[in-house]
Amino acid sequence: MNELATQTRSVIVERDIAFPPEKIWRALTQPHLIEEWLMKNDFKPVVDHRFNLRGDWGAVDCQVLTIEPNKTLSYTWGAMGLESVVTWTLTPTRTGTHLRMVQSGFRPDQTQAYQGAKFGWQKFFANLEQVVARAE
Amino acid sequence: MPNVHNMLFRTLADPTRRAIFERLCRDGEQTVGALTAQAGVSQPAVSKHLGVLRQAGLVRDRHEGRQTHYSAQLGALAPLVDWTSQMAGFWQGRFNDLEDLLKRMDQ
Repeated sequence: MNELATQTRSVIVERDIAFPPEKIWRALTQPHLIEEWLMKNDFKPVVDHRFNLRGDWGAVDCQVLTIEPNKTLSYTWGAMGLESVVTWTLTPTRTGTHLRMVQSGFRPDQTQAYQGAKFGWQKFFANLEQVVARAE
Repeated sequence: MPNVHNMLFRTLADPTRRAIFERLCRDGEQTVGALTAQAGVSQPAVSKHLGVLRQAGLVRDRHEGRQTHYSAQLGALAPLVDWTSQMAGFWQGRFNDLEDLLKRMDQ
């Protein structure tokens, strides 16, 4: 195995939000609220709890890893053969909260192209037409 | 959108062409004859679609005797499937929806 194959990659999205951590925490951890901004789910704020996020394109398999109320939340994120970890960090600021999301664990050898071949091209390409329609 | 994206989208937006490419992804290498048997269009039409797919780098042809065998080149999809940039876009959208929700929520 070459060196590249063991590398991980990360996606980081950060934003200053004009609401206190407690309120954001509710949106991140209550299933009916999670559904409003992410996906349908059976999330529970319990370490080791396994849950699914269900989108119209398929499901994401997740398991809660860490919970520190109003501060940090992390769970595994498995979809289309990709294994990653999503970590939310809430830091209070004078004007509200600095919210940071890190998704890490992608390996270069786990591209969607190859996993997609196993997990169903049809769904992927059905969405392509919509993407094309939007792009024009 | 970069040109390579446009080309891949245009190439795969045609349902018949996409079905041919999906079949090659699913079932591996095929001859034009085998593809035509399932495509629901004439052999010249299938050959034309294969030509477009080949130009986009999505299929490769291999000549063996009088037969030409085609196989899918999944690597050509790499520009569409850079996971980190796809997911970054996904999460930016989620953050937007999260902020909208927070504005609607009770304290």
